Amino acid sequence: MKNMVEKEKLGRYGKFGGQYIPETLMNELEIIAAEYHKLKDDPAFQKELKDLLVNYANRPSLLYYAENMTKDLGGAKIYLKREDLNHTGAHKINNVIGQALVAKHLGKKRLIAETGAGQHGVATATIAALMGLECEVFMGKEDTERQKLNVYRMELLGAKVHAVTSGSMVLKDAVNATMQEWASRVDDTFYILGSAVGPYPFPEMVHDFQSVISKEAKVQLQAQEHTLPDMVVACVGGGSNAIGTFADFIDDPSVQLVGVEAAGKGVDTDETAATIERGSIGVFHGMKSMFLQDKNGQIDKVYSISAGLDYPGVGPEHAALADAGRAQYVGITDDESVQAFEYIAKTEGIIAAVESCHAIAYVEKIAPTMSKDQIIICTLSGRGDKDVASIAKYKGVSIDDE
Amino acid sequence: MMSNLKPVFNNHKAFIPFVVANDPDFDTTVQNVLALANNGADIVELGIPFSDPVADGPVIQDADLRAFAAGVTPDKIFDIVAEIRKQSDVPLIFLTYLNIVFKYGYDAFCKKCQALGVSGLVIPDMPYEERDELAPFADKYGIDLVPLVTPTSGHRIEKIAKAATGFIYVVSSLGITGTRDSFSQNLNELIADIRKYTDVPTAIGFGIHTPEQAYEMAEIADGAIIGSAIVDLVAKHGQDAPKYLGQYAKEIRTALDNQAQQAV
Ligand SMILES: Cc1ncc(COP(=O)(O)O)c(C=O)c1O
Repeated sequence: MKNMVEKEKLGRYGKFGGQYIPETLMNELEIIAAEYHKLKDDPAFQKELKDLLVNYANRPSLLYYAENMTKDLGGAKIYLKREDLNHTGAHKINNVIGQALVAKHLGKKRLIAETGAGQHGVATATIAALMGLECEVFMGKEDTERQKLNVYRMELLGAKVHAVTSGSMVLKDAVNATMQEWASRVDDTFYILGSAVGPYPFPEMVHDFQSVISKEAKVQLQAQEHTLPDMVVACVGGGSNAIGTFADFIDDPSVQLVGVEAAGKGVDTDETAATIERGSIGVFHGMKSMFLQDKNGQIDKVYSISAGLDYPGVGPEHAALADAGRAQYVGITDDESVQAFEYIAKTEGIIAAVESCHAIAYVEKIAPTMSKDQIIICTLSGRGDKDVASIAKYKGVSIDDE
Repeated sequence: MMSNLKPVFNNHKAFIPFVVANDPDFDTTVQNVLALANNGADIVELGIPFSDPVADGPVIQDADLRAFAAGVTPDKIFDIVAEIRKQSDVPLIFLTYLNIVFKYGYDAFCKKCQALGVSGLVIPDMPYEERDELAPFADKYGIDLVPLVTPTSGHRIEKIAKAATGFIYVVSSLGITGTRDSFSQNLNELIADIRKYTDVPTAIGFGIHTPEQAYEMAEIADGAIIGSAIVDLVAKHGQDAPKYLGQYAKEIRTALDNQAQQAV
């Protein structure tokens, strides 16, 4: 007789995850999960994926020894995983290429996506252009204003950008709008979800497609230092670049995993997006996870200077890693991230995304407390060109952007 | 478990109107529900607003905002129900999103429903796969978990139908709530499919707004659910809405009863 193994619920990470999504989309999620699991083990698919990552997206990304920062901070050796050097300027492309290939195998003609900072929208519009697919991107109206340049980039790439005016008009509202659009047209449309959130199988797909970050970094550090890092650090919005940074180190207990959330005006203020530190368990956007919400279960308005971290939830795998104590999550404020934006520009000559600068700000704090024989890998999730105008504004500098 | 909802469908087509609780305020909601109940509604569906109602269109989203502006909370809604119960024993169900119930506590929420005579819950973001966590509490307090079946459900219909109690909410078309002029073409097949697995009644909802549509849907199913059209009337008439809702309910009731007669 066969072993009576209790069937594990789909897409669970401890008590988090699941598929809390309207029935209209459930059949489609089953189809995507089945197709993805078939493709995942298919060498032809893996070859196709690798080919695009290498020849189109410019992978592997550099693991760069930040010597100036290391010397200046006087503690642990700092390596930067340069996702900012990918085509389209952020880690988002890794996941988009993967999901778009799944969409293509499913015969879809149209890609839709939410976007916060615009990086995921740009990546999706880019791949849609490459693959000859239609593309529509949903973006909170407030974000379309903070990230005008990215709106125009998407349009240049042939995508239609919808400014979402419901709710607080930021990332979570863009996710709502994209899910609604998907529910009304699933047959020819694939929703390319941009972070490690949502219903199963999205968190799993995003984990897998972003794990290229840590797989490469592990090999690259081995080659340069012949050792594992002591700590890996990444910023966390929904958690895609962070899960990619953690993935290949989760089973190496000596490696500390640190996710950096956006604390906005401060973790203890109401203007924050520090979900794991301030949030509580709930069910939203298709998943059971941690959310910023009130005692009645209404999702909070969240705030961060960074449109990409301005999200009231976090991926279920992060919630589980935090719950198990395997990863730590810390908050970095607007002020600290803007300071880091300037710091890394002046010390290393890198204009990094304000999202990524949250991780850099934490490295600035922690590296000096570590010894010189220790190593930190910090993921630079994106480049900061998109943020230059808003940082200038934040600093009270007026630049002519006409 | 004995369902309080199933018998409502005996011998006639059920009319199930929807209003958002506390839209535009406490007293008007009570009067709206009474007006619907006194003019032919068989079950009244009360929406508990959620900050991010992903299954709802602009009409219901706006109603949620009005309810929030008037300070809605789950406890206030329980008070609304207590007030309705002083004057009517019309079957009531809640429509809300899972996080509201989760945060309140599954046991406490279902217990409260039982105490107030709320017979069922419709939770659009709780598909079949996730119902196990709430079902034991719903069973304990005799609350029906009304499932949704949609034109995309396909092979999923069997397991959904087999687990259903109360009634089955058949979604008329893809997408979100809001009034519509046309519905999925294969609703007949959808209902026939459900019928293979259960005798739990079916009610069609999403988009129905005219008496003619209600009549047409009642030809196919055991009842009609009308949401956005009623919420629209509340938006238009505010505190005067009860009068208009009563009149509208009467028209729908007449249409459905004509249907029942034709069917005989
Ligand atoms: C450069 C960059 N980093 C990080 C993020 C946050 O997303 P995630 O937490 O999924 O990596 C974004 C999102 O827009 C981004 O554009």
